[in-house]
Amino acid sequence: MTLMKRISLIFRAKADKALDRAEDPRETLDYSYKRQLELLTKVRRGVADVATSRKRVELQGAQLKQQSDKLTEQAQKALSMGREDLAREALTRKSALTSQMSDLQAQQAQLQGEEEKLTLASQRLQAKVESFRTQKETIKAQYTAAEAQTRINEAFSGISEEMGDVGMAVQRAEDKTAQMQARAGAIDELIASGALDDASSINRGDDISRELEAMSSQSDVESELAALKAGSAPQALEQSDSTPPAQVEATPVSEPRKEEGQS
Amino acid sequence: MIVRILGEGQWTVTDEQLPTLNTLDAAVEAAVEAEDQSSFSNTLSALLDAVRTGGEPLPDESLEDSDLILPPSDATLEEVRELLNDDGLIPG
Repeated sequence: MTLMKRISLIFRAKADKALDRAEDPRETLDYSYKRQLELLTKVRRGVADVATSRKRVELQGAQLKQQSDKLTEQAQKALSMGREDLAREALTRKSALTSQMSDLQAQQAQLQGEEEKLTLASQRLQAKVESFRTQKETIKAQYTAAEAQTRINEAFSGISEEMGDVGMAVQRAEDKTAQMQARAGAIDELIASGALDDASSINRGDDISRELEAMSSQSDVESELAALKAGSAPQALEQSDSTPPAQVEATPVSEPRKEEGQS
Repeated sequence: MIVRILGEGQWTVTDEQLPTLNTLDAAVEAAVEAEDQSSFSNTLSALLDAVRTGGEPLPDESLEDSDLILPPSDATLEEVRELLNDDGLIPG
């Protein structure tokens, strides 16, 4: 027997088993409708879960991107200061992030696919549930229990196959989402532990930025000193001299703070 | 004849298309038996494509059961084996 035939027989057997549950076939209709609505709720929840998961992965991707950009800037800065060793260190850390980022992108694409599939499944089920509800009312109004049986079988087998399909789709999406969640959790932990952002944490600062800052303040001092020695100091004084008269005119009281005293 | 692709929906196919589908289906089945994942993926996607392009999609609100049911496009060998096992993947 062919593969497709075998699968369809298994689905039918499941539907028959479900149909045997009620004594009065018309009760089966109501029972089934109730289960359809439950499944519809479950699919919608499934869509929301997958979307949440996808957003989380997107957020992590954005975080990693930010860190990676920062490392690139650090590498450029380090290189411009002649510190190839520091630039190399920054780029090494960046390459570790890059593989994480491409992994996240693949996950995001997969979740996006699941989300789309489930959304379509929920639309199909919604349409079928609606049409089942209409048929159910017609069958209940027009037929006796005995007559209704065949009609019910027809409506029921169609919807129960869809329910089996959608139920399976939700299950698969849940399994995949759970796997993604576990991996996303691992990346969160990695970020929290500082293994990834040690070099690039925005708030805390890191060894590379500290070194770059130390170097840059050192070089600021050096260049200012050099400027003073070269006699460009009078020019700086000239510039600041042009402001006090204006201030004096505007405010007769003496200024408590002078700009040039700051740096 | 109505064919369902799990996770995608249902299509009506004509009797003339059946021999082609049966040949492709036999290839999928052989791959399942040989436990050959890559051959399975290729033959399954050929079979699903034949249904999608050759068949006419059934409207969403139709309540007809299918004569043939096919695994989802991203199914693994393992999943198909479970599908063929009565207590397997299908809930309820």
